[in-house]
Amino acid sequence: MTSDGNSRAHSQRVDLLVVSELVGRGARVLDVGCGDGELLKLLVDTRGVDGRGIEISQDGVNECLARGLSVIQGNADTDLVDYPDDSFDFVVLSQTIQATQHPRRVLSEMLRIGRKAIISFPNFGHWSVRTSLGFKGRMPVTENLPYSWYDTPNIHFCTIRDFVELCREADARIEKAVALDAGGQRMTLKAPWWFWNLFGQQAVFLLSRRG
Amino acid sequence: MATTSHPAPSFGASQARSEADNPSSLVMRFGPDKPLILESGRRIDHLQIGYQTYGTLNADRSNGILVCHALTGDQHVASTNPVTGKPGWWETMVGPGKPIDTDRFFVICSNVVGGCMGTTGPASTNPETGQPYGLDLPLITIPDMVRAQAMLVDALGIDRLYCVAGGSMGGMQVLQWAASYPDRVANALPIATGPRHSSQNIAFHEVGRQAIMADPDWRGGRYLAEDTSPRKGLAVARMAAHITYMSDEGLHRKFGRNLQDRDKVAFGFDADFQIESYLRHQGLSFVERFDANSYLYVTRAMDYFDLAADFGGRLANAFLGTKTRFCVVSFTSDWLFPTEESKSVVRALNAAGAKVSFVEVETDRGHDAFLLDEPVLFASVRGFLSASEGR
Repeated sequence: MTSDGNSRAHSQRVDLLVVSELVGRGARVLDVGCGDGELLKLLVDTRGVDGRGIEISQDGVNECLARGLSVIQGNADTDLVDYPDDSFDFVVLSQTIQATQHPRRVLSEMLRIGRKAIISFPNFGHWSVRTSLGFKGRMPVTENLPYSWYDTPNIHFCTIRDFVELCREADARIEKAVALDAGGQRMTLKAPWWFWNLFGQQAVFLLSRRG
Repeated sequence: MATTSHPAPSFGASQARSEADNPSSLVMRFGPDKPLILESGRRIDHLQIGYQTYGTLNADRSNGILVCHALTGDQHVASTNPVTGKPGWWETMVGPGKPIDTDRFFVICSNVVGGCMGTTGPASTNPETGQPYGLDLPLITIPDMVRAQAMLVDALGIDRLYCVAGGSMGGMQVLQWAASYPDRVANALPIATGPRHSSQNIAFHEVGRQAIMADPDWRGGRYLAEDTSPRKGLAVARMAAHITYMSDEGLHRKFGRNLQDRDKVAFGFDADFQIESYLRHQGLSFVERFDANSYLYVTRAMDYFDLAADFGGRLANAFLGTKTRFCVVSFTSDWLFPTEESKSVVRALNAAGAKVSFVEVETDRGHDAFLLDEPVLFASVRGFLSASEGR
């Protein structure tokens, strides 16, 4: 449930820049699974946000403290309920949703606490994953997804198409979606979902509450 | 106003007795022109505060850190205790190069009102009668202790404290400071504490108080005037309390069912087990340094603490609009102030929109962990204090 468990997925850093561009200046931001605070610090320094974090690992929390960030040692699955409605402008879940016990509940909580939610995740529909499963018959172990199936913290992988379906079920409006290719570059906006789902290695979604 | 005295060291009960009126630390005295008005409506007209400072106050008086001590602590946070001759009670945390770095910060620690180490308490001499206050001293609360500390901080010429820090009852004072004087506290560090004393904790305190009052040498609280001391009662109170400071797991690791200086049980009521011997030692050494009536007063102050109750029953109201940065710390095996108590503070601070961090330290050493060598605690405190410096 920690983003530092997925630190290699962070190595490209482009996803963090994409996330930070979605966040308004001076906004109130909660980063769920904030790891060592890299994204939160980036948001504070470049976007002037009033930032808070939640992180499960003690090392991560202490690194955040040393960076001057306000971070609570906790868990996305159990601790979001403690936050009041509408207490943030943006709630960010960066490379963490696949490690939550209850992704749908987490998504709903994020949209209750924040006016908007930003979620980035690795796309399990990427061709390299499909190749590993389809031709080798093995669960994929890649640079982005470095764990063996038996010791991975990532228990709820999804594809971009799966995530779009979750948003529909959870009554979340997709305000913006960005896919990044294997090189970490933004893919063309005009591409259809099936293209993103095959060639997007990571995705970043900006969501808001419907109604 | 402030005076210092340094009597020759002579450890033990007689030294403890003399510390109550003439502490071998700094002393601040307030006359009837500056009474301490108590929550009970009563007042202390001749308030004396025994305190220590470490480090140097900077030119703009912005590097002051107030350390608040726990139930049986005192102002000797980082210097030799004049009664026990032992190192200060938080030398792992406070000192040159330590997480609360006295090379950078001006650290203040004062004995609480109701204590027995130089601040007005039941063992102090009542200037109006020339006799020890005993039970004539009005009951003290945590807000009263904090108001007295604010008087001291004022007298030292400090408007805003860089940080107020403390564990257990010290943590209660930190929370009270943040609620009473939000503009005077830049950073708050409440450790192993809670926003109120739980029913279970009140129960343990009541056992301790009853043990003291059941001792015939307590003499209705007038033992000092009658030149005796409820040593047995106070020792039992300390033994019972000491159990609550440790964890079952920690006790098992340290003592297990090990026997004390024998191969098999002696079929008697001597201290067969190491844990019994340990507790007896804790009780006996405690009575050498602590006043029994003080124990009654200070435990009562903790029992009365309920921060939310003073703010319409909603803890978040105690912190509305606060600019103070908080770092709340708990320990996994602390069952006296369990993590859930700290989390209720964190929830309230979140609801109030405060800047709050929270760390739960993994340890089997129970409540006392905050006083011990816990590297994660030190790293957290160091990070929290250094990152916010200059803001």
